[in-house]
Amino acid sequence: MGTWQQSLQTAFELVLQADAQLVRVVLLSLAVSASACLLAGWLGLGLGAWLAVARFPGQGLVVGILNTLLALPSVVVGLVVYLLLSRSGPLGSWGILFTPTAMVLAQMVLVLPVVAALTRQLVADAAKGNGEQLRSMGAGTAASAVLLLVHERFALITIALTAFGRAISEVGAVMIVGGNIDGFTRVMTTAIALETSKGDLPLALGLGLVLLAVVGLVNLLIAVVQRLSGAQA
Amino acid sequence: MTAAMPLIALRGCELRFGGSTALRAIDFSLDAGERVALVGANGSGKTTLLRLLHGQLTTQLAKGERVASHGLPQAMVFQRPFLLRMSVWRNLQVALWLAGVPRHEHAQRARDALARVGLSEHAKRPARVLSGGQQQRLALARAWAVQPRILFLDEPTASLDPAAKREVEALIHTFAAEGITVVMSTHNLGQAKRLATRVVYLEAGELVVSLPTERFFSEALPERAAQFLKGEMP
Repeated sequence: MGTWQQSLQTAFELVLQADAQLVRVVLLSLAVSASACLLAGWLGLGLGAWLAVARFPGQGLVVGILNTLLALPSVVVGLVVYLLLSRSGPLGSWGILFTPTAMVLAQMVLVLPVVAALTRQLVADAAKGNGEQLRSMGAGTAASAVLLLVHERFALITIALTAFGRAISEVGAVMIVGGNIDGFTRVMTTAIALETSKGDLPLALGLGLVLLAVVGLVNLLIAVVQRLSGAQA
Repeated sequence: MTAAMPLIALRGCELRFGGSTALRAIDFSLDAGERVALVGANGSGKTTLLRLLHGQLTTQLAKGERVASHGLPQAMVFQRPFLLRMSVWRNLQVALWLAGVPRHEHAQRARDALARVGLSEHAKRPARVLSGGQQQRLALARAWAVQPRILFLDEPTASLDPAAKREVEALIHTFAAEGITVVMSTHNLGQAKRLATRVVYLEAGELVVSLPTERFFSEALPERAAQFLKGEMP
């Protein structure tokens, strides 16, 4: 009980004092995860919508693989991206290992299947009853995909925010490719892991509460978006 | 004297979905200016025939062929029109864009179409908050805006109240009077009588009878069609 009280107190103190280190860690966490989600969104929305309306041999297999990748462990993503970016890896010449850029790349790989698979399902559901009507108006595969994406835009924001929640709360990938370097690649989750290993549980829990608050804000945003979506019928 | 070429002709068409036959041995031709009502019980093949005429199922034909005049502008309105989560105005713009209408004509055509169906004052409203009748009128506006020569209507008034039904029927009548060829499926024989110049009765995927409206409702029909008429007419 003492640890919990101390943690709450630590969390409040950190936030109220706007602790410089905390602010830096929170801002880096937000920047890395938001960038990863923007990139994954750009690729995943298109891929998911196209998979929903296109017809090609082996489509079922591709969708099956995509859905399986939803459960991709973040440490595996971290390991793969590490191997790609390490000096002896195929992308070693980029020289971005242990930088925020590598963390963005790793989180993008992690959330891309989330965005693509959820978008595919959403657009496929929308196309089920309405695709024929769009085709009868002259829409081809690409136009149908774009129009159904626009039609479901509010739900897509929910998907993007879901992806953001997944990205900002993961630790394995950013720890491996970022290295948890103080003041450079340390984010909230890696900081929590570090403080836990050092035995500073109140600080670790305090950081955890700040992380929860950030995710809570994201959820609030989802609720607002859903309400807006309802208003648009 | 040479007979005018039909706009669309179906010759010996057979369509199968899975193991069941949806349409069998359909011979049908659609001439310019006609108003055809497809009638029959649920599952008789009305909507499938409509879709085949529209060209959506041509590649799935098991037998026969569909021959249509080249580059024939056509539009289809469904029982429950799919309207995008956009304004009424934007929905029209999208339809014009998909139909390949030059961009500089979009605004004028959209304005004309909305005025035509009495929705001008609703242009800025989200399309999906309109009433059922207004949504169907918007779907008709969307179809009319692309200036089709043939308008296909799949039970266009099935889920509407009597007032909205009358409005939609009046619009269909006006469009037909402008020279647009109309093919519609309906359960409502009264509607067929009011709007059509020819009535086609289908049963279990077969075209049983196709007659001018007056003759359909006054002459002795094949047994199956007569029974349907007896059951459906008030």
